[in-house]
Amino acid sequence: MGAIRERALAWLYTRPEARAWALLAPGGFWLLLFFLLPLLIMFVYSLMPRGIYGGVEPGFTLEHYARFFDPLYLQVLQRTFIWSIGCTIICLVLGYPVAYVIARGRRWRTFLLFLVVLPFWTSFLVRTFAMIFLMRDTGLLNNWMLKLGLIQEPMTILYTPFAVMAGLVYGFLPFMILPIYASLEKVDLSLLEAAEVLGARPTARFRRVTLPLSMPGVVAGSLLVFIPALGSFLTSDLLGGAKQVMIGNLVQNQFSSARNWPFGSAASFIVMALVLAAVMFYLRVKDRGPGGATPI
Amino acid sequence: MSSPAGQPVVQFSGVSKCFGDVKAVDDISFDIRRGEFFSILGPSGCGKTTTLRLLAGFEEPDEDGGEVRLLGETVNKKRPYERKIAMVFQNYALFPHLTVARNVAFGLEQRKTPKGQIDGLVRRSLEMVRLKPEVFSRRMPGQLSGGQRQRVALARALVLEPAILLLDEPLGAIDLKLRKEMQLELKALNKQLGTTFVYVTHDQEEALTMSDRIAVMDNGRVAQLGTPAEIYENPRTAFVARFIGESNFFEGTAEQGGGTWDVIGREGEGFRVPHHPSLSNGKLIQIAVRPEWMDVQKPDAVPPGENALVGTVKDIIYLGETMHVIVTIPGAGDVTVALRNEGQLIKPLLWKRGDAAAVAWLPEDCQILEEE
Repeated sequence: MGAIRERALAWLYTRPEARAWALLAPGGFWLLLFFLLPLLIMFVYSLMPRGIYGGVEPGFTLEHYARFFDPLYLQVLQRTFIWSIGCTIICLVLGYPVAYVIARGRRWRTFLLFLVVLPFWTSFLVRTFAMIFLMRDTGLLNNWMLKLGLIQEPMTILYTPFAVMAGLVYGFLPFMILPIYASLEKVDLSLLEAAEVLGARPTARFRRVTLPLSMPGVVAGSLLVFIPALGSFLTSDLLGGAKQVMIGNLVQNQFSSARNWPFGSAASFIVMALVLAAVMFYLRVKDRGPGGATPI
Repeated sequence: MSSPAGQPVVQFSGVSKCFGDVKAVDDISFDIRRGEFFSILGPSGCGKTTTLRLLAGFEEPDEDGGEVRLLGETVNKKRPYERKIAMVFQNYALFPHLTVARNVAFGLEQRKTPKGQIDGLVRRSLEMVRLKPEVFSRRMPGQLSGGQRQRVALARALVLEPAILLLDEPLGAIDLKLRKEMQLELKALNKQLGTTFVYVTHDQEEALTMSDRIAVMDNGRVAQLGTPAEIYENPRTAFVARFIGESNFFEGTAEQGGGTWDVIGREGEGFRVPHHPSLSNGKLIQIAVRPEWMDVQKPDAVPPGENALVGTVKDIIYLGETMHVIVTIPGAGDVTVALRNEGQLIKPLLWKRGDAAAVAWLPEDCQILEEE
């Protein structure tokens, strides 16, 4: 037994390609089974007529794709994109300075990183419920503002676009901070000194050296925020109420209460295509930008 | 370059810099003259890099830590971008996201050079460091060899026509042959441009090759300042004698004997030394003699007037150009004598281990060392 194992291992070591396949196989199998296959099923469903009690009937139709271009749904799509882009921008504006301080400050680095990751210790669902307690009419925010005399009567915060945006930004901020931190941390300090001795004042130094060199982190962070924000449904569901429907809610709805699986599938594929297009456009623009031209 | 000719371009007067409890630079004073190639030489941790960083403006002297003056102006509190200096860093510090041309143009852009002039200046500067602009302008730093990066870093600094160019061990990371070539090129650039070079290194040979003057640093202080020849021929302290070149050390008590001075060692071995103001009867002194200033003789064949200590040959080390004969002398320990390989005259081959031999040298070649 041991001898066979040893010979198998020896064989793997002599063949780098076989070794690579052996390492890829378990994870690859997992993705194939639980990601690609369901995706394929969804794609097939999106092209089939709707079953009366959920599911699909045999046949072929493009009506679900056509239906998506109803102004009602397009409005949801537009809102989703605007919010996701807004969320990404706010996360960037809030997250960059935090990442900068963590990367530059030697003493508090570990502690601050710990704080950034801390929210992941509880589930997103619980944290979103906690935000309800914070933002509802009788919640902490309103109580404080009343006590401070800033307002005379409770302000509606929950179930507004603001509440959704606050929830989205809160949920995704760490995904912006961490990659930016990682790329800032790698910036060689002697480059900053070189810039300074070449005559660059602090603002010029940041604009010409620090910012371009942290662009990989900005790009990664933006994608890590934008893409899941686009597909999110929990935040808008709990904090936005019925008025702030996002595309994620629409899809979720089709698979649950509306029992229109093919339409839900078609909507998902349209969104996926749009995300792909948006990401490619973003990467293209980034490469042409001032920090671009990353050579191999 | 507004200071009058003859005035030092750099002046350190009583400059100190502490990091916590560590005195990195301890009350140093020296001037650097216009256009000279000035090296700061010392082992790691001697304070040479801190000295350079004080000059560049990355560090500020301590409160009451003396004054750093550039072109006559006190710059203690000035940031690097307010000083008329340029610097070449140890790891080159080229901006990895910018092409070679944009790297070289960086300083010009920051100093608001008119756009129309920048291209021409960048080309000229690349040519000056012998990089063909048409080949290298559009390359990224990641595509260059160590030596090429070094040249780009140099071009980026020189294009600003600084009054003072600071170089922080710039040749440390490139191979020996290229390093020798660059040493000569740097020296030539210094003379050709008239720019003052301040060069930090731990490599004594490099410092001797290039410098007009060298400041040898030890423990945050300037141990000795002088031309390469002064420092090599007359090391003031044992540290300098040991750090620059090799030396044999002797200790003994000074004794005056009718107009001449002798040094008597622990076991009664004695030799003559030249007169020196610090000598007094009965004083314990330390003496250094360079190995190549000594000769090995048969004990009964020492020329008259030369100092001689008799011992046994311990080892002979063949180095090609030279041969080291190590003679153990009772009381004084091992003494190394360097003999030149003179072709058919290779007399050291006469020596073998265990031979009785005398180490001989002229009294004038004794360096009387000061206490550190």
